[in-house]
Amino acid sequence: MSGSERAAALPQWTRAAATWRDALLVTWAVARRDRFALAGLIIYAVLLAVALAAPALAPYNPLDLNYRPDGDVAANEAPSLSHWLGTTNLGRDVFSQVLFGTRVALVVGFVAAFGVVVLGTLVGLVAGYYSGWVDTILMRLADVAFGIPFLPMAIVLVAFLGPSIWNTVLVMTLLLWRDTGRVIRAQVLSLRTRSYVEAARVLGASHVRTMFVHIAPNVLPLSFLYGSLAVGWAILTEASISFLGFGDPNVISWGFMLQDAYNSQAMARHAFYWFVPPGLCIMLAVMAGFFIGRGYEELLFPRLRRR
Amino acid sequence: MPLLEIENLTVQYHTLHGAVQAVRGVTLSIERGRALGLVGESGCGKTTLARALINVLSRNAAITGGAVRFDGVDLLQLSGEALNDYRWRRIGLVPQAAMDSLDPVYRVGDQLVETMRLRGGLTPAEARERAARLFALVGLEPTRLRLYPHELSGGMKQRVVIAMALALQPKLVIADEPVTALDVIVQHQVLRTMRELQETLSLSLLLITHDISVVADLCDDVAVMYAGRIVETGSVREVFAAPQHPYTMGLRNAFPSLRASSARLVPIEGYPPDLASPPNGCAFAPRCPFAVQRCWGDDPVLMPTGGGRLAACHRAMEADVLRIQAPQAFARLEATGSQAVEGGAPGGGIP
Amino acid sequence: MSQLLEVTDLRKEYPLQSGMLSAVMGARRVVHAVNGVSFALEEGGSLGLAGESGCGKTTTAKLILRLLRPSGGSIRFAGRDVAGLEGLDLLAYRRQVQFVFQNPYEALNPRFTILRSLLEPLIIHDIGRSLTERVERVAMALDRVHLTPVETFFPKYPHQLSGGQLQRVVIARALLVDPLLLVADEPVSMLDVSIRAGVLNLMRDLSRERKLTTIYISHDLALIRYMCSVAAVMYLGTICEIGPTAEVIEHPRHPYTQALVSAVPDPDPAQPRRPVEIADTVPTPFQLPVGCPFADRCPQVMEVCRRVRPALLPEAAGVHVACHLYPAGTREAH
Repeated sequence: MSGSERAAALPQWTRAAATWRDALLVTWAVARRDRFALAGLIIYAVLLAVALAAPALAPYNPLDLNYRPDGDVAANEAPSLSHWLGTTNLGRDVFSQVLFGTRVALVVGFVAAFGVVVLGTLVGLVAGYYSGWVDTILMRLADVAFGIPFLPMAIVLVAFLGPSIWNTVLVMTLLLWRDTGRVIRAQVLSLRTRSYVEAARVLGASHVRTMFVHIAPNVLPLSFLYGSLAVGWAILTEASISFLGFGDPNVISWGFMLQDAYNSQAMARHAFYWFVPPGLCIMLAVMAGFFIGRGYEELLFPRLRRR
Repeated sequence: MPLLEIENLTVQYHTLHGAVQAVRGVTLSIERGRALGLVGESGCGKTTLARALINVLSRNAAITGGAVRFDGVDLLQLSGEALNDYRWRRIGLVPQAAMDSLDPVYRVGDQLVETMRLRGGLTPAEARERAARLFALVGLEPTRLRLYPHELSGGMKQRVVIAMALALQPKLVIADEPVTALDVIVQHQVLRTMRELQETLSLSLLLITHDISVVADLCDDVAVMYAGRIVETGSVREVFAAPQHPYTMGLRNAFPSLRASSARLVPIEGYPPDLASPPNGCAFAPRCPFAVQRCWGDDPVLMPTGGGRLAACHRAMEADVLRIQAPQAFARLEATGSQAVEGGAPGGGIP
Repeated sequence: MSQLLEVTDLRKEYPLQSGMLSAVMGARRVVHAVNGVSFALEEGGSLGLAGESGCGKTTTAKLILRLLRPSGGSIRFAGRDVAGLEGLDLLAYRRQVQFVFQNPYEALNPRFTILRSLLEPLIIHDIGRSLTERVERVAMALDRVHLTPVETFFPKYPHQLSGGQLQRVVIARALLVDPLLLVADEPVSMLDVSIRAGVLNLMRDLSRERKLTTIYISHDLALIRYMCSVAAVMYLGTICEIGPTAEVIEHPRHPYTQALVSAVPDPDPAQPRRPVEIADTVPTPFQLPVGCPFADRCPQVMEVCRRVRPALLPEAAGVHVACHLYPAGTREAH
C-alpha cells in the first residue's frame, strides 16, 4: 500500500470528532443494557418530536383566547372533543399549552445542561491540570457555589436580570457547574499522573494541547453523565421558578401553567385536567434525565451494578 | 504416595467472549518435603491452578474436571468445614501481593493472632504465644508484633505474610509470586528464609512465579506451564541443564545473565495463544522452530522421558539434538517473524 | 570526546506531605529523592542506572526529561543548561530527548488509535509536509519495530495489543522525532519473559544503527550488563559506584554494589553463590545521616562513615566509588 492510499483510508480513524460518535455509541450501549435508561431515551425522543411538531400538533395557539359558539369566552371548560384537556380561566387551550411547554422544557434543559457541561469541564480541566493556586481559586469558587442555597439564589438572580428563559438558563449554568467541575477535577488529577499524559509532555505537547487533546477525551464520558443529570435539574428548576411567578410571562412553560392554575384556584375547583398534565410532564422529563444518568453511571462505574 | 496429586485438572472462566480454558488438563504431584516451582508467563494459568487447588476461584471461574488429592483425599469433593480444615490447617497460602493486603489500621501481631483464632480456634493466649514463635521462625524479632504495616519494610511484611500462612502448621504451603515486589537484596533474604523453613519444618512448597531464577534458587523440582498445560517437569538441576521442551529451551536464551558477558539474546517470537479458542495441535507450535506437521494437528501429552522427567513434545526423544540447535533456530525465527503472524491473538490472558 | 549530557550535583527535594500531627508540631520535613548526582555521558554512550526502588533513579530520569525541575545542581545537554529552557528552546530539547516508559499499558492514550498516537509527535513538531508523508513516516517507524503488516496496527486501540506490541509502539513513537538521547525506565519489567529479549534486542539494534545515546534505568543488573557500557549504582539518591559495566559487576567495590551483585539469583542452579549479607531496614530518604547514606546497613561500616559523607572519587580501572574503604591515598592518581 502506498502512502497516498493509506492517507485515503485515514478519516475513519483520525477524526477528533470520533468522541461524538463514541458518545452516541455509549448511549446506545447504555440503552441496550438498562431498561430504565431505554425508557428515559424513549421519553426524550417523544418529547423532542412533540417539541418540534408542536405548531402542527397543537389545535390552537396556546396564548389565544377561545370562544364558545355563543360568543362567550370558553373559560374553565372541562375536557371535550374540541378542547381535549379543557381550557384555562382565560379560555386558553390546555392541551396546546402542554405541547408548547415541551419546547421550553427541552430548550431550557438541554441548553442549561450544555452550559453546565462546558463550564464544569473547563473549570475541572484547568483546576486539575494546573493544580496549585489556580486549583485553589477555582475550587474555592466551587465551594461558594455549593454554599449558596440554589433555588432562592436562582430566583434572586432571575428577578435581578429580568424574567426571560435565557436568563434562567444562564443562572442555572452559573450555579450548577460546581458538581461537574469538582468531579472532572478529581478525574483529571488522577489522569495527570498516567504515563500517556507524561508522554505527551515528553513529546513536546503544550499545556493547552495536553489538556484538550490528551486529557479531555478521557473525561468526556463523566461530563456526559453530569450533563444528563443536569437536564433533569434544569427542567425542574425552571418549573419552580415559573411556578413561583418569576418566569417569563410571555412564554408558556409547564411551570407557568402550574402557576396559572394555582392562581386561579383550579385546585379548589378540582380542575385536574389543567394542573395534572403539566405536572406529569415535568415528572416524566426529570425522571427520564435521571434514568439516563443512572445508566451512564453504571456503565462508567460497573461496580455500582451489583449493589 | 505424593502429598499432593493433581490429576487432569481443568478450569474454565466464563467471560463476555465465551469460555476461556485457563487450565487445560494439568497433572502434577508434589512430594513430601520438597519444593516445586511452577513457572510460566502471565496468563498461562499458574495462579488459576493454585487457586483451584484450595477452591478459592473467582466467581466466573469453575473447575470443570479432574481431581486434587491431598494425602489421598479429593479436595474437590469436600465442602464447608471439611474443606476449610484442609484449606487453612493443612495447606497454607501466601497469595499474590499479600503483603499489600495487610490491614493498615491494625498491628501486624494482632492480625496474625486473629487469623489463628478464627481459622485455628486457638485461645488468645495460645495464639499470642504462637505468634511470637512464628515471628522468630520467619526471622523477625517478636517485638515487631506491635508494629503497624507501614512501619515495616517490604521484606518484613512478606515475612509476616509467610508467618500467617504457617500459623496453623500446614504440611503444604502455596506461595504465589512471594518475592516479586521486593528488591533483589531483600528478595534473596526472603527466599533463603523460605528455604530454611521448608527444610526445618519439612514442609512441601508450591512456589508460583514467572521468574526462573527464583525457582533455581529455592526449588527442588520445577514444572513449566504454557497456555494452561504443563509442558515439562523434572528436578530443577536436570531441567535447567538439559531442557527437553522447546519452550524451556527458548526461555534459557531469552534473558540476560549477570555473570556471563553479552551473547545476543534470543527471544521466543510470537505470543501465547488465545485460550478462548485453543489450537488443535500443540499450543507452542506457532512459536516453535522445531514444529513438524504432526505438531499442528496433534496435541502432545505429558509423557515420561526417563529419569523421572516428563515432557509434552512429540520430539522429546530428539531433545539432545534440538537443544544444540535451539539458539540458532529461535534466532532464525526472530529474523523471519513467527510462523503464525496473526494466529496468536494478543490479549488472550485471563481478565 | 564530547559530552552530550553532563549532570552535576543534581538535587531534587520534595516537601513531605506531613500528617496532622507534624502539621500541628510545625515540623517541615523534606524528602531528598535525588541528593547530589553527577555523571557525564558521551555521544553514543549508554549508561545504566541501577538501584533498588526509591533510590532516586526514576526521579533522575524525570529531571533529565524536564518533567520535573531540579532543586539544585545542573543538567547540561549539548552544552546548554536544561533547567532554563523555555518556549521554542524547550520544544527543540523535547525533540532531542525521548522516553520509553515502564508501563506500556499506560503509555498510550486509550482513546487514540495507534496511528493517531504516532501522528501526534509529527503534528507537535511539524514534521512532514502532508498527512500522506506523515502516515508514510509512521508506517516506516512501525515497520522498523517489526509491527507488520503496519496497516493492521493503524486502526487498533491500545487495549487490543499485547504488552510487547505496545512497548514497540512506544519505542516507534520515541524514534519518530529522531532524538539524540533515549531514556528508558525499566522498559521490559512489565513484559513476559519470553517477550523481553525481543524488545531488548530491538532497542539495542536501534541505538546502534542510529548512534543513539541511551540511559537505561533498571533494578536488574543483568539487563544493564546486556544493554550498557557504563553502569552507575544508586543508593538513597546518590551514586555510590560508577564505571565500565563489566568492571562494576565483576569486581564490585562498594559494599552495597557487592551485596546487590551477590543477591541476584542466577538461572543456572549449578552456579555457586556467596551472598553478602546486609541488614533489611526501612531506608528513608528524609533526615539523611550526615555521613555515608549506606552506613546503617553496611557490613564493613567504620567510625568515619557515620561522620563524613564519602565523595565519588576515581578508584581503579575507570571506576569511581564513594566509600571510605577506598581512601584517596591508595587510589590511582588522576
